[in-house]
Amino acid sequence: MSPSPPEDPAATGAPALTRADVAHLAYLTRLKLTDEELDTYVGQLSVILDSVAQVSQLATPDVVPTTHAVPLTNVYREDVVVPGLEHDAALAGAPAEQDGRFRVPQILGEGE
Amino acid sequence: MSFDLDTVGLMDYDQAIETFDPVMGLEVHVELGTATKMFCACPTDFGGEPNTHVCPVCLALPGAMPAVNRLAVEYAIKIGLALNCEIAEWCRFARKNYFYPDMPKNFQTSQYDEPIAFNGYLDVDVDGEIVRIEIERAHMEEDTGKSLHVGGATGRIHGAEYSLLDYNRAGVPLVEIVTKPIIGTKAAAPAVARAYVGALRDLLLSLGVSDVRMDQGSLRCDVNLSLTPAGNPVFGTRTETKNVNSLRSVERAARYEVTRQAAILAAGGTIKQETRHFEEQSGTTRAGRSKETAEDYRYFPEPDLVPIAPAREWVEELRATLPELPWIRRARLQADWGFTDPEMRDLLAAGGIDLVAETVAAGATPAEAKSWWSAYLGQKANAAGQSLTELPITPVQVAEVVALVNSGALNAKLARQVIDGVLAGEGDPAAVVAARGLAVVSDDSALQQAVDDALAAAPDVADRIRSGKVQAVGAVVGAVMKATRGQADAARVRELVFTTLGVDPEA
Repeated sequence: MSPSPPEDPAATGAPALTRADVAHLAYLTRLKLTDEELDTYVGQLSVILDSVAQVSQLATPDVVPTTHAVPLTNVYREDVVVPGLEHDAALAGAPAEQDGRFRVPQILGEGE
Repeated sequence: MSFDLDTVGLMDYDQAIETFDPVMGLEVHVELGTATKMFCACPTDFGGEPNTHVCPVCLALPGAMPAVNRLAVEYAIKIGLALNCEIAEWCRFARKNYFYPDMPKNFQTSQYDEPIAFNGYLDVDVDGEIVRIEIERAHMEEDTGKSLHVGGATGRIHGAEYSLLDYNRAGVPLVEIVTKPIIGTKAAAPAVARAYVGALRDLLLSLGVSDVRMDQGSLRCDVNLSLTPAGNPVFGTRTETKNVNSLRSVERAARYEVTRQAAILAAGGTIKQETRHFEEQSGTTRAGRSKETAEDYRYFPEPDLVPIAPAREWVEELRATLPELPWIRRARLQADWGFTDPEMRDLLAAGGIDLVAETVAAGATPAEAKSWWSAYLGQKANAAGQSLTELPITPVQVAEVVALVNSGALNAKLARQVIDGVLAGEGDPAAVVAARGLAVVSDDSALQQAVDDALAAAPDVADRIRSGKVQAVGAVVGAVMKATRGQADAARVRELVFTTLGVDPEA
């Protein structure tokens, strides 16, 4: 079972996206949006979905969706160790570190 | 209205089983024993200093591109075949998106609706009865990094001020094996869960695809369990219990969830679909983070990796390499060796089956091989806190010692000293015998002198033997053995004592 795509607005005539959908997306992407921003993005994201829906109208059923431009399969690497980054280099880009580890803000601070 | 243990407690297990049928789903994650990670060439070794087995790919630095480990795919296919699965002719990786710092990419590369293996089964022996566990799928993915939560009272997420991340484990190849719902096992459900995971562990070990160390997290089990009113075909709401790190814990976790959920349902409550954590100490489970629904992961095909399309010839080659199923092999060996069930069970528990098999192959009898591995070497392993396989002695060396004993070159005591020498790193048995001068003294003139001395030192004992108390010979033999530092053949010494005294022990 694959995740169901947004309903085709051209087919249903229904709005592609509700305000609740955008609020949910904002939660999943950990974005704090104001009410005004939510309204703005409902409109903007709907335009994007409408545009994609127009492309869908062109696609014929016998055209298989592709995820790659080149029909390659089975590109493998052999199981041979190659040294990675030095420890200092690995942590060089970290906003914060402690005891050789990446330090991140508390997880699940949303009252769970 | 909230139902928790404080208000409803637990239902007695037998009563719970009379009222409800458990439905289980078991998800087992196995870390593959490849040298490198799933999508990059970093080593997979357990226990390195934090963030020393990392590179731009597993740290998700901008522009880094993954590359699939061919051996990991091979291992995944072997697992699928051993579980009687179909192997996909074409499948893809997918991104499982979530915000959690254990993956720096903000997604885990996994497989979604196109697993590499699907529709299989494993027949499991549960207390003598064979139960078929249907396998839904086995798919490839990568392990996550390790979080250390700082500031909370118990190292849990809740109450932590911040977290520290080690990405050494991030990207280690995993295969996740998912069963179909296991129904109709009733009271045996916890035992079935344990037997399944145990059989799977045996199987994976025999395939050589993982070290399956549950204590080190290379084999992990999630127990999904729900209850349905007895006889009702509709599934109830399930919980997913994680952190189940031993076979015993699998059984305890399942049993605990039956009693916990039964109490809530009987009190008119509803089960919350959630992730729970097993507490090893108390044998209980506690609520973890609430489960995000499947859509929330927003799976989509991984654009940075091309599809996997294993050639049928390759799949058949791998099928031909599958070893005999471990429990079938054990039954065959037991019949060959003539061991009792308890003997075989003890040997299995000690990890000595392969060692005995190899010692027998090197020329020892099964009884001789078992005697060394389960008795003397077993004690040595216990004393050193090691497993039998970790002892620095090979089955071939043990077989050599057995051969030296059988040829009369060593007696039992000297043989143990030779084994000690091998364990101490002094070389092969022959080298230890030479270096320590441990050969049995078979030169009769040297022995005769020692016998004469012993008899002269104990004339009263000599008199008793002459008068027919043949069992008194033991004292003389003991003295001679002591004088020769154990290197005499005791049976030969006994003969010499009687000959010297002119006594026929059989008279």
